[in-house]
Amino acid sequence: MLEITVIIIHEVGLHARPASLFVQTAAKYSSDIEVTHGEITTNAKSILGVLTLGAHKGAEITIKAEGEDAEEALKALEQLVLNNFGEDE
Amino acid sequence: MKSISGIPASYGIAIGPAFVFDRAEIVIETYSIKDPAAEWKRFEEAREKTHHQLDEAYQKTKDDCGEEAAEIFNAQKLMLEDPELINTVKNQVEKDLTNIESALYKTAESYAQQLEAINDEYLSARALDIRDVSSRCLRNLLGTTDSPAAALKIPSIIVARDLTPSDTVLLDKDFVLGFCTAEGGSTSHTAILARGLGLPAVVGVGTAIEDIQNGEELVLDGDAGVIVINPDQGALEEFSSRQEKFYKLQAEAEAITHQPAVTTDGHQVEIVANIGNVEGVQTALDAGAEGVGLLRSEFLYLERSSLPSEEEQYQNYKTIADAFGDKPVILRSLDVGGDKDIPYIDMPAETNPFLGVRAIRLCLSRPELFKPQLRAALRAGYGNNLKLMFPMVATVDDVLKTREVLEECRGELKNEGFDVADEMDIGIMIEIPSAAIMADQLSEVVDFFSIGTNDLSQYTLAADRTNAQVAQIASGFQPAVFRLIKGVIDAAHSNGKWVGLCGEMAGELLAIPILLGLGLDEFSMNPPAIPFAKQLIRSISFKHAQQVAQTALDLRSDTEIREYIQKVIPEVNIG
Repeated sequence: MLEITVIIIHEVGLHARPASLFVQTAAKYSSDIEVTHGEITTNAKSILGVLTLGAHKGAEITIKAEGEDAEEALKALEQLVLNNFGEDE
Repeated sequence: MKSISGIPASYGIAIGPAFVFDRAEIVIETYSIKDPAAEWKRFEEAREKTHHQLDEAYQKTKDDCGEEAAEIFNAQKLMLEDPELINTVKNQVEKDLTNIESALYKTAESYAQQLEAINDEYLSARALDIRDVSSRCLRNLLGTTDSPAAALKIPSIIVARDLTPSDTVLLDKDFVLGFCTAEGGSTSHTAILARGLGLPAVVGVGTAIEDIQNGEELVLDGDAGVIVINPDQGALEEFSSRQEKFYKLQAEAEAITHQPAVTTDGHQVEIVANIGNVEGVQTALDAGAEGVGLLRSEFLYLERSSLPSEEEQYQNYKTIADAFGDKPVILRSLDVGGDKDIPYIDMPAETNPFLGVRAIRLCLSRPELFKPQLRAALRAGYGNNLKLMFPMVATVDDVLKTREVLEECRGELKNEGFDVADEMDIGIMIEIPSAAIMADQLSEVVDFFSIGTNDLSQYTLAADRTNAQVAQIASGFQPAVFRLIKGVIDAAHSNGKWVGLCGEMAGELLAIPILLGLGLDEFSMNPPAIPFAKQLIRSISFKHAQQVAQTALDLRSDTEIREYIQKVIPEVNIG
């Protein structure tokens, strides 16, 4: 099981378009991927789960992955968050 | 004739019959099944059909109202393919042998309730989405396709408890004049759609919506957030002419709203927005706001059962201030008491709450309330242009005491190792006559003033603006109020300080020429008023405004002043 921790810097938090992109990126990998914010953990491929995390701007989230492509999956999700979901500030 | 009011969500005026959108609820029965594989196949087929419908809805909405409103259907597709949702439904079908309709309905409903429980406007709108997409799929399963939208055959104002994206996509947009909903806020689907269509909308009117009968004539005023039911001839004529002028001016004003407000002879003033929460940021920026002249902090304190923490306040203030970058954002400290009550803050009943322990007086007497807010503001102001402003200041002493608490907070934060804003500008609201009279002294101890005309008028005229019998007297157009404003501006300017105005008058076209002529530096108003205010200022000269203001000050009543302005500056008559 691999894990990383990142901070959401996007204005709207892990909601709306960023949440959709996050889930769609996770869905590209066969590994099991989980995301945790505070006390809630959810399937990173579930949009409804990711929304209920209530991760606003500044929230620290932990992403865990297990499976063949776990490393690539975490790298892709990390890049997505660090690149602010492809939006320039 | 009757009026009801709600939240203005998209401006403009609509006149026409009400189309009451009454959605028949689908009835979901629960029963046991024998062949889970066949049941699952039904679901797969219904889901595929739903997908196609969502693609069509996306395309149609994109063509009609733009990408932002259409994006919702892509989000709904993602929800319907959610692996957790599908797993839960699958378990109920395969293990509990529940029929697919019941399994889907219960699962979607449980997600919707979880999202609603978070108590966030954005997530509540997503609760509506999951319900919307699941009922679309359920209707496909049950083979029922009827929508009340099909009955819309003449141009009408759509009246509904709430409108889902699926409801609105089916409405023939040629027949929609405007929207009125009982639920929702300024970021609800209806609000976004209405703005995308350029149609007026009033949302969040609550149970008053039940007063509207299908087919009744309505006037919908999206600027004021008012709906007039069965307007009389006079009201109808007034709104019709306003509507016509409004559309013409709107198009002209919006096209150049991101340009500054400069008079014909080169005098520039700042046009900023009044906002009440994080959601207001985008609306303000879109409207052409050059910053925020009044950020009401009450939004963090209302509709909850305990005080917001310093951290929560910090996050919210910082998000808003950062969104404006170098542009100023003026945070007003907690302004409660008087007519604004917060249940979990113990405020003893007073015979005369407007003259009692409210706003800065309450804050100074309750450090446990005041200090977390000041600390949050000092931290949030690091690296942007956040300014702090205090309401209900009556004396120089009030300012000195407040500054003492502020410095105490700054010292504490530095000791604790926080980054804090060292150069944060401090201002006060001028809303008590004593403060207006003492403006020369006060301008020595603050960086700026912002005039609150609503309170300044009621205190100056000794007329309670919440008492319908005397509210008329408490008009900001009273010469007495303008004379006080003049004194405040002159005093501040001779000390090198600037003056703004964040009361309702700042956005009133009739008042703008006078305020401009008196030398006001900053006008702070609700975002929809910004394009119009800028346009008016561009059409007059500063020199003329100065002469007009001088004459207005010598008139005898508010009526005389209004009539005079309408006569000498015809540009104020947009509707």
